[in-house]
Amino acid sequence: MMERALERLIESAAQLLLLLALAPLVTGVIRTLKARLQSRRGPGILQPYRDLRKLFGKGMVIPETTSWIFSATPWVVFFSTILAGLMIPMVAADAPLGLFGGVLAVIYLLGLGRFFLALAGLDSGSSFGGLGSSREMTISALAEPAMMLAIFTVAIGAGSTGLTEIAGAAIGQTWRFLAPAQMFAFAALALVLIAETGRIPVDNQDTHLELTMIHEAMILEFSGPYLALLEWAASIKQLVLMTLLINCFWPFGLQPTWFGFGALQGVAWLLAKLLFLSCAIVLIESVNAKMRLFRVPELLAVAFTLGSLALVSTFLF
Amino acid sequence: MTTAFFLSGIVVWLAGALASLALGRQPVAARRVACGAALTGSLLTLTGSVVAIFSASASVISLPFDVAMFSWAIRLDPLSAYFSSMLGVLATAIALYSFGYLREMEGRRNLGAFGFFFNLLLASLALVFTASNAFFFLVAWEVMALSAYCLVSFEHEKKETRSAGILFLIMSHAGTGLLMIGFLVLASFSGSLDFSSFHLLASRMPPLQQDAMFLLFLFGFGVKAGVVPVHIWLPEAHPVAPSNVSALMSGIVIKSGIYGMARVFFDFYGPPPLWMGAVVLGLGVASALLGVLYALMAHDLKRLLAWHSIENIGIILMGFGAALMFRSLGYGNLAALALIAGLYHTFNHAIFKGLLFLGAGSVVQATHTRNMEKMGGLIRRMPVTAVCFLVGAVAISGLPPLNGFVSEWLTYQALLAGFGTTQSLTRLMFPIAGSLLALTAALAATCFVKAFAIPFLALPRSAEAAEAQEVSLPMKAGMVALSLVCIALGLGATSFLRVLDPITQQTLGVSASAALVAARGLALSPGTPHGGTISTVGITLFFVLAGGAFALPLALRWRRRSVRGPVWDCGLPGLTADNEYTATAFSKPLRMIFSALYRPRREIQAEFEVSPHYPSAIRFESEIELTLEERVYRPLQARILALANRMKGIQAGSINVYLAYIFVTLILLLLFGVRP
Repeated sequence: MMERALERLIESAAQLLLLLALAPLVTGVIRTLKARLQSRRGPGILQPYRDLRKLFGKGMVIPETTSWIFSATPWVVFFSTILAGLMIPMVAADAPLGLFGGVLAVIYLLGLGRFFLALAGLDSGSSFGGLGSSREMTISALAEPAMMLAIFTVAIGAGSTGLTEIAGAAIGQTWRFLAPAQMFAFAALALVLIAETGRIPVDNQDTHLELTMIHEAMILEFSGPYLALLEWAASIKQLVLMTLLINCFWPFGLQPTWFGFGALQGVAWLLAKLLFLSCAIVLIESVNAKMRLFRVPELLAVAFTLGSLALVSTFLF
Repeated sequence: MTTAFFLSGIVVWLAGALASLALGRQPVAARRVACGAALTGSLLTLTGSVVAIFSASASVISLPFDVAMFSWAIRLDPLSAYFSSMLGVLATAIALYSFGYLREMEGRRNLGAFGFFFNLLLASLALVFTASNAFFFLVAWEVMALSAYCLVSFEHEKKETRSAGILFLIMSHAGTGLLMIGFLVLASFSGSLDFSSFHLLASRMPPLQQDAMFLLFLFGFGVKAGVVPVHIWLPEAHPVAPSNVSALMSGIVIKSGIYGMARVFFDFYGPPPLWMGAVVLGLGVASALLGVLYALMAHDLKRLLAWHSIENIGIILMGFGAALMFRSLGYGNLAALALIAGLYHTFNHAIFKGLLFLGAGSVVQATHTRNMEKMGGLIRRMPVTAVCFLVGAVAISGLPPLNGFVSEWLTYQALLAGFGTTQSLTRLMFPIAGSLLALTAALAATCFVKAFAIPFLALPRSAEAAEAQEVSLPMKAGMVALSLVCIALGLGATSFLRVLDPITQQTLGVSASAALVAARGLALSPGTPHGGTISTVGITLFFVLAGGAFALPLALRWRRRSVRGPVWDCGLPGLTADNEYTATAFSKPLRMIFSALYRPRREIQAEFEVSPHYPSAIRFESEIELTLEERVYRPLQARILALANRMKGIQAGSINVYLAYIFVTLILLLLFGVRP
């Protein structure tokens, strides 16, 4: 019993390090790839780390109008994202904190972070913050049914909402992702991923144009270390959702355990799959224009339809 | 022993009712007696009910003066005891709160009358939950409805209050009428009005009667519970009542409808036809979605909470509907899981909705308005109220690690398991309901961002809000108590589940809690092997450890490098309350996306002198249409009034004519009504 607990602790620590270290890299790679597609050199893939270091070293200006909610939010967002990250399988099929919650808990923990971020957006009284909060909550609410249908499809196949079980059920069935139900569910979740991580065509991470920003508008009043925490959390959230997608649908390379030489192989597979998904995201971002806000529900309706198709396909094919 | 506690609770309430009525002239004494009796009675009832849940046999109390078929019998079986303990917990906190809340009414209102109806309502609720005779049940039901009516119309000088009260009374009586017919049909089959004679009776009745009975009870109880489409009284009546009454109404009075459904559908019915469960599930989804969608548009804080009651009743009915469907398909364990989800959410909703209404009551007392657009910045003026309201908001949004998350998770698990229970297309209902539950929960979170942020954060939007005072100690105590219960119900989920075992044992013959508890009580599982777990304790532990080890020391260090400065606001200087985002603006995207439902109407009048781009004054008005009310109930009301007008003709006012009516009726009854 004690040994198992100790193993879990080591696994959690390893995955925690991986999450913290890898998340800015993924953001950096996506930015660089995007720059190259636009014939720019880009700032280099290590730029997010430099940004974080710089922000952590700076002082902060906290708006006079804010309450303790404003100061508590970066922590709540950061910790809930990390906890969600420890509940997903990254390198080994066994999620380190899988006992604490499965895919539903991951979604709801990310929801907890979003809830507080939206409160913080409104806390300063700036209308940009309110605008961001309102849009973020609306879009994520509308993305929810599609996400849940896709997750139900996956969970029904595995007979569980536990991610360890979901990934475990997929191991050894390398070509299963070509089944119609899996492909529809994948497409639905991929659309949700785009909406949830604030990517084009839903939101633009690089914009600070007042009227189009969503996520950036909520964190407009943050500075210094708190801004660093929020930026870091945002990239960890992106990594968590990407890993969730790739390890539920493409489980190849997932190791049975964190211990031993296999773990390195697992990390290599993870990096390869992340790179592949990043390329796909970059392509989507580069060939699309940002949508008008009120066109976004249509995109999410497409995701919902795909989710329904996935569900029906589970027993039609 | 159990019965002694329970009965003395009711006696204390009734005595408190009479005593405060007698003390009507002395407001201070009336307030103390009314609240003291409510508090004592609640604690006694709570003790009796909790003991009763765990006692092996149901305790039956029968008063000696029976009249023919009607016995004044009380039965504390597990289902009854569960609901009356819910009443006990909530009423204790509300009574505590009322000590402070009612002080403001002293000398201005008749607190004696208030205390009378308040204690009467509590006593009648306890009797509704425990009466085991249909006649006695209906008597308690009527006392409950009438005392609730009197409390809702307490501030009767406002027209809005009076019309809401009347609407409540009419709807409530329409529901009671349906219930009466239902019970009479049951009694005609069993030959007795005793609940014990109804056990599994409905399933032995001919199909037509069975179906008709189901609909009678569904809508009869549905009116009280606020199920769409018979919910229209709820968002009118709950906001206008004094806030401690609102908390009681939304927390527990609407649960009497849920209790009735649980009693009839799981006790009187055996495994029902599949469509019944499907109807309940469908109504649950409809109530949940419409409830939250209208809540998003409400900018009256208490009306918003009232709409959320409809939403949560919908979530409860999703659990009940799934349980009924599993029962008819022969999956006892799954039925237990779904029933547990529904009953757990019933308890949770009683607590967090009670908490939120008490919080709203504090805010309304401090700012003298229910309009959120006139509040703001209250977190600094009312820190305790703000924290309590935030706990309630997180809980009702179903976010971890509080209680709302646990019961919604159980509901998801039940719906997920439902997909494999049948081969017909009915199976699609479960995941669709699950995805709409996800939409509901996310919209609820959106709504509570608004409901917390607009009143409590940023700058005050009115002079009243700027000068608001934190409420008195008893009011704080009531809110803090309910917040702690919210946390306990979230963290102690695995222990709490054991309370539900006797109920599933009684109704479905299954004990589920052992299967639902994993990892030595640390985690919750859906009862299937490898079903996936959650651990609210683990999640909380993570936050506490991470917060203590990293957040606190770092935050203290960074504080030395931080300064307070003006809001940056993209470089626009001089932020005032007029620049702030409002509740209307916050819900604007959803108002546009769901405009087919809301049919929003807006009117803008701008006055300008030089150019239309520089208006000197703007008037903005926006409203939405309550589709069901406008399209169904209003025409219905017109029809009824027209019919009533025509009926005037037979009321000639002459005593001879009325005697003739009585004579004719008598003849007809003798001819057709008497059985040979």
